[in-house]
Amino acid sequence: MSDASIHSQAQENEASFGDYFALLKPRVMSLVVFTALVGLLAAPGGVHPVIAFCAILFIAVGGGASGALNMWYDSDIDQVMSRTKSRPIPSGKVTREEAFAIGLTLSVMAVVMLGLATNWVAAGLLAFTIFFYVVIYTMWLKRWTPQNIVIGGAAGAFPPMIGWAAVTGGISVESVLMFTLIFMWTPPHFWALCLFMKSDYKDAGVPMLHVTHGRAVTRNHILVYTLILAAVAVGMAFTSVGGLIYLVTAIVMNAMFVLGAISIWRRSDEACAADNHKVEKRFFGFSLMYLFLHFGAILAEAALAPYGLGGW
Amino acid sequence: MSFREEHELHKRRFGRNLGVALVLGAFVVLLLGLTVVKVTRGDFEPESVRIQSQ
Repeated sequence: MSDASIHSQAQENEASFGDYFALLKPRVMSLVVFTALVGLLAAPGGVHPVIAFCAILFIAVGGGASGALNMWYDSDIDQVMSRTKSRPIPSGKVTREEAFAIGLTLSVMAVVMLGLATNWVAAGLLAFTIFFYVVIYTMWLKRWTPQNIVIGGAAGAFPPMIGWAAVTGGISVESVLMFTLIFMWTPPHFWALCLFMKSDYKDAGVPMLHVTHGRAVTRNHILVYTLILAAVAVGMAFTSVGGLIYLVTAIVMNAMFVLGAISIWRRSDEACAADNHKVEKRFFGFSLMYLFLHFGAILAEAALAPYGLGGW
Repeated sequence: MSFREEHELHKRRFGRNLGVALVLGAFVVLLLGLTVVKVTRGDFEPESVRIQSQ
């Protein structure tokens, strides 16, 4: 291979703007934006629309920055797994150093800007979220314990709490319950995906529950977490962010979610293989709608409250 | 008039530069908006001045 061909190959692989944007995990960012927005709008009091916009933007940037730092650290295992092989670093579009620099710069910028735009409690929570996702989850738990997704899920659960803190400057029962809702939802959501995805975690050396303890144990875990989640989700209806709309939504959605978890729990590996994991796939798809509708209901309660319709 | 066809690589680089320019521009506008809101609300005034004006 000549110098010219190496040079031209490197140029062919040069990153576009979209590749740098992909470092921020835009799909995860959309969930962060939505839940943070609900936390912000459901909080008592209010903020100026420009400040609210800045708060959501900087929470999203902070979340995206932690995604870039995750890709920096995990580039070795991303190379092995088919799901992550096409990410900017393993595909050779962006270097690890670039991802690290972008992640670190955006993290600092997002925390400082959120602090200046709103308050330092919200900024502190955002800083802790980034630290938790990058250091506690990515660097420590992910490659060490099969409960990685449980504890790591906390990082994804902080945004509504940050949104709430951006308005109130503090933490309350309601914001902790919104955190708990996402925290308890993450394990059954992710484990259902693990049950039907072609798993390459084993090759990557990531100790996922279904790899270390088997599929039957994973099904038990899904059921237990779903039952605790249902209690949290319905319980939240009786706080200041709840109301009739939320209560009805929570009862219907949780009844369906628990029934789905029971169906998964009763299945055998043979049954799963026979119908190509139909029940698990349906449960996973439903879990996305589950979270969206719960937060949508909280948003509806907050939006209707000024007209005397939302809340209790 | 140029007869040289633009290389795909140059288009990609232009897109990247444009993207960075737009993001920086938007950030400047955002900072300006945020500053205007903060100043008009009196967020930067000392506590004593805020109490006096109430």
